[in-house]
Order: sequence, then structure tokens, then C-alpha cells
Amino acid sequence: MIAAYLLLLMPLAGVVFFALFGHRPRIGRINIKFNAFALLMSLWLALNVHESGTLVSEGLYFLVDSFNVYLIVLTAFVGLTTSIFSAPYMRHEQQKGRLTEKRLRLYYSMYQGFMFAMYLVLTTNNMGILWVAMEAATLATVLLVSLYRTPESIEAAWKYFILCGVGIAQAMFGTVLLYYAAMQISDAENALAWTVLIQNASQLDPEILEISFVFMLVGYGTKIGLVPLHNWLPDAHSEGPTPMSAVLSGLLLNDALYAVVRNKMLVDGATQSHIAGYLMMGFGLMSFLVAAIFLHRQQDIKRLFSYSSIEHMGLMTFAFGMGTPFATFAALLHMTVHSLTKSAIFVTVGHAAQIAGTQRIEKIRGLIKTQPSVGWGLLIGTLTIAGFPPFGVFTSEFLVLLATMQSYPWLTPFLLLGIGLACAGLFRNIQPMVYGKRPEGQQAVEANLWPVIIHLVLVLWLGLSIPQSLSDWFNQATILISGSAPL
Amino acid sequence: MELIKLDFYTQGVLSIAALIGLTSFLMLGQGRLLRLIFVFALQGLLLVLATALAGYSMGNFHLYISASITLVLKVFLIPWMLHKQVYKLNLHRDVEALKNNTAVMLGGATLVVFSYYVLHPVIQNTSVVLVNALAVGLSVVLLGMLLMISHRHAIAHVVGFMSIENGLFFAAIVSTRGMPMVVELGIAFDVLVAAILFGIFFLHISRSIDSLDVDQMNRLNEVDQ
Repeated sequence: MIAAYLLLLMPLAGVVFFALFGHRPRIGRINIKFNAFALLMSLWLALNVHESGTLVSEGLYFLVDSFNVYLIVLTAFVGLTTSIFSAPYMRHEQQKGRLTEKRLRLYYSMYQGFMFAMYLVLTTNNMGILWVAMEAATLATVLLVSLYRTPESIEAAWKYFILCGVGIAQAMFGTVLLYYAAMQISDAENALAWTVLIQNASQLDPEILEISFVFMLVGYGTKIGLVPLHNWLPDAHSEGPTPMSAVLSGLLLNDALYAVVRNKMLVDGATQSHIAGYLMMGFGLMSFLVAAIFLHRQQDIKRLFSYSSIEHMGLMTFAFGMGTPFATFAALLHMTVHSLTKSAIFVTVGHAAQIAGTQRIEKIRGLIKTQPSVGWGLLIGTLTIAGFPPFGVFTSEFLVLLATMQSYPWLTPFLLLGIGLACAGLFRNIQPMVYGKRPEGQQAVEANLWPVIIHLVLVLWLGLSIPQSLSDWFNQATILISGSAPL
Repeated sequence: MELIKLDFYTQGVLSIAALIGLTSFLMLGQGRLLRLIFVFALQGLLLVLATALAGYSMGNFHLYISASITLVLKVFLIPWMLHKQVYKLNLHRDVEALKNNTAVMLGGATLVVFSYYVLHPVIQNTSVVLVNALAVGLSVVLLGMLLMISHRHAIAHVVGFMSIENGLFFAAIVSTRGMPMVVELGIAFDVLVAAILFGIFFLHISRSIDSLDVDQMNRLNEVDQ
């Protein structure tokens, strides 16, 4: 458990440290070191869980099991690679005069604040603290969305703040109901501890839990970006600095989905029915299809990929909703590959926007001619996210399709339609951006593309063969969530 | 069921629940910002009373702490901050003309009925106070949303947002005697940070669009220009 405490303390120290020194010239590198430390701690934690199974801290405050430990490692990894990208990116933004020293301090401090909130969401065992941490994640990122202080970015941040704040208030109401149901069977102090709840799930009042789950799904669903609660997401992702878009898309959405899945496990235990699953499937499928259609009419490159995030989160919600071991395994895999790919894409998108000096798709042209690494990175990233073999996204989407054919064959055409639509929507926009003539005076920018290469190679590896240890890990998580092993 | 025959706690909580519901409706129809903030503070005070009453009748010390946190935050600090902002941005004379006030009020009444309907399944195994309190809590949440929809002023939105929190707190206190202490402290911290951030936002918004009318924030949408 020491690893978990250190994992939480380090970013907390980072918040204070960067608030004081965040404007120093080489501060980007220190940010990388903070995140590298967190990754080491998360790996240590994973090793602990691997050796001794589920860990629960004294007083039932923290819980680390095979489900959340893999998300912790993923969070720390994406946090690290994004910080590697962010160092030269933010320097470039500062040189262009878009950022003052004060805002740079805010940026680095809140980067760590956001990481802290994410780790807390994942490690806490208390459903109330889970809510608090989720809200804290919004609060930490809201000023980063408006970091450039343009009218658009302020509007986006305000929307993000109000919509997510109101949305997540619904989750609080759900938590109150859950607490109320739990009070009937347990003492007040531990009644919100997830480990206590899941042990006694069958005694919880099913009717109250059903109502509670509806509120939780609406609340945390707002943060996942489920249609029709997704309005904030494209705005917030497109107007903030690009490293923020990468961590929001790659991490925040996953963690919100994590909260919903934890609640679904409780409701399934209490009601012995599939009501929670049906709700998730409905919302998920709707998000998937609507986002795929919206991909076609985007004019801003970051909005384009924000809609792609909504689409993939919809698919994951759908797969978790199906709830069969096979589907759960596929959803876990998809969560991983989507996070890795999407954050890699946002890194290249950030550089592409810096090269062209704008985020408007029609103005970004000839990337491969200007800076081949960025152009190819964007092209390969898009191939990956659209689900082309041999990348990992193909594998996970294929597994989701198979699981759907197994359980709900009549839904398969909708999935295929969505995947096709999304692929077309992405490529009609990407094609002219990477190929084509290089506009006059377009210059290459300082870029560190190692994060992209590492992420995409990992996704390729996961697509070709999933390592035994990782698949064991996913198997354990699947058993935990759905009750039995896949296949 | 006659109100007079119930015990002191139940009577008290039911009356406060009714008053909290009433304050939500008062806010809904209020176009003057300063009065809106005043009614919001009043709702906070009612919440403090409910918390203290629950603490008194159950002999629960931790509810007193929770009552004092609410008193400081929701009755004094946040209304005071909003008040200051209103004067600073020179908005204290503005009256917002509310469109469709009748329809909004009727909609509010429908939301209250809806809350009772949603929580109907809970009735079977609980006391009268609980079901009323939960329903009022949920209606305050929904009315807060309606307030945000019907008002265009950013400060009114913040009042709506905070009033949603009030509704949640009321539901939590009456149904479960408050959340565990750690959770409650965490929520209080979040609310405080949110209040400060809102203050920062008012400044940014009024600088960027020269008013706090959120209808003017319409640059980002999916409509073709």
C-alpha cells in the first residue's frame, strides 16, 4: 500500500511545487520527473497486486485490485508521455506569447492536480470520495481549458464547468441513495466502502439501487461524454492546450467510465437483473452512432478527434453494458488501446496545429511535405483509431463485434454501420491534411515525437499479440467485473 | 396522518423541507440578482437549521460540525462573494426580464410532482419524513437546473448551481444523517474551490464579452456559419 500512498502524495507535492516554480525555464523536465516517479510507483503497486492479490488499506480507505491497478498504470503512463510532449509544446506557446509566466505556473500546478484527482478516483474505496475526486478533476482542469483566455476558450470552460458540475451533482444524488440503501445493512462509517457494499450487494434494496444507478449513469455519463450529455466535450477538448486534450481524452473519460462500471457491479449484485447493462448499452450505442455521424461535419481538427473519443467511449460503455466476460475483456482492452492511441493522436494534432498556425481543417495542408514525422504520425494514428488491422484497436473492436454477435446478434449491423461511418468521417478530413501541397511559408516546428512512436508501437504490439502477463491481468479484471473468465 | 401528532423532529424537518422547496420557487421567479442571492442565503440558513435539528434529535455531534460548515460556506461566504461581485461589476440595478415566467413556474410544479413519482418505490419501506425529504431534495436539484435554464445571467447560473448542492445536502442529511465526515469535508472543499473559480470566471467572461449574459456565449456550436 506504500506505493499507493506515494503515488498520491507525489502529485500533491507537485501542485505546491509548480505553483511556486512553474515558470522556470526548464520546468517541463521536472514535470516529466514527477510523472516518471508516479509511473514507477504504479508499476510497484501493480507488482504488489500481482503477488498478493487485492489490497485494501487500513480503515478501508483505499482499494487496489486487478481492475483499477491496470488503469492506474495506464494513467501514469499516459501522464508521463504527455508530459514529455508538453515540455517543448508549452515552450513554443510561451515563445509565441500566448502564455504568461503566471499561466505557466497554473498550467503545471494543475497538471499535477489533475493527476492527483485521477489517482484518487482510481485508488479510493469510498464511493463518496470517488465523487469528490471526480469533481476535483473538473475543478483542476477548468482553468486549463480557458488558459489562452480567448472568448472561445472562456466559453468552452464555462460550458465545461456548468455542464459537468450539474451533471455530476446527479451522481451525488445517486451516491446519497446508495448510502441510504447501505445504511440499512451496515454501520454508518463504512457504509460507502465499496468492498463492504459488494460483499453485501445481494442484501441491498434493489429498487433504491436501480434509481441510484440511473442518477450515477447520468452524472458520471456526463463526464464520459455520453450523448446527449456530450456537449461540453468537443468544446473543452478543442479550446484548451493540446496536452490537456490528450489527458482529458485519454484519462478522464476512462476514469468516469470506471466509476460507472463499479456502480454497475453493485447494482447487478443487488437486483440480479440486467437493467443497468441495458441502460449502458442504450446510451453507449447511441453515443457511438451519433458521434460517428458528427465526425463528418467537423471543421476543427481537435473537435474532430473529440467526437472520435465520444464514439469510442460509447463503444466501451456498450461493451461493459453487455456484461458477458468476453465483452468485458474486449472493453478493457479497448480502454487501453484507445487511451494510448488517442493521446498519441492529440500529440501529433498539437504539432500539426502549431505548424499550420491554426486548428481549422481546411487551412492545414501538406503536413507530410512540411514535417514528415508529424504527417506520418497523424496518418498512422488515424489508421489505428479507425480500427485498421494489425493495430490493437482492430483487435478490441473485433472482439466487441464477436461478443455482440454472441449475445445480441441483431445489434451487430448498427456497430458495423458506426465503424464504417466513423472511418469515412475521419479519412475525408485527414487525407487532404497530410497529403497535398505544402502552403507557402509553412515551417517545421520543434517536436518530440517519442511519445507518439512509443504509444503506437505498443498499440501495434497489442494488436499482433497480447503478452501473456497482460492477458492474465485482463482475465483477472474480467473475472472481478463479470464473474467468470472469458472463453 | 396529522402533522400535530408527529414527534418534534418529524414536524420540524417536514416544515423546513416545505420552506426549502418554497425558497427554490422564489429563486425561480426572481429577476433581481441581489434578491436572488438573498433568497439563496436564506435557503442555506434553512439547511443549517435542518442539519442542527437532525444533530439535536439524534444526539449526533458530527452533524453540528456539518451545520457550521454549511453556515460559514452557504450562508455567509458564498453569498458575500457573489454580492461583492455584483457590486464590482455594477449589476446591482439590473433587472432581468424573465421570459415565460408562468410556464417556468408550472414547469417547476411539474418537476416537484415528478420527483415524488420517481421516489415512489422508496415509500413502501420508509417513514413519511424520509420520502418527503428525499423528494424535496430531488425537486430542489431539478428546480436549480430549471433556474439555470430560465435565467440568462451567469451569476444566476452560479446561484442555481449552488442551490443544487443545497438540495443534495438536504437529501443526504435527512435520509442518512449526513455523509461520512471525510466525504463531507471533501464536498465542502470542492464547493469552496468551485465558488472561487466562479469568481475568477465572472471576471474573465465580463472582460471577454463585456457582459455576463450567457446567451452571448454562442461561438462554439455545430451550426454552420
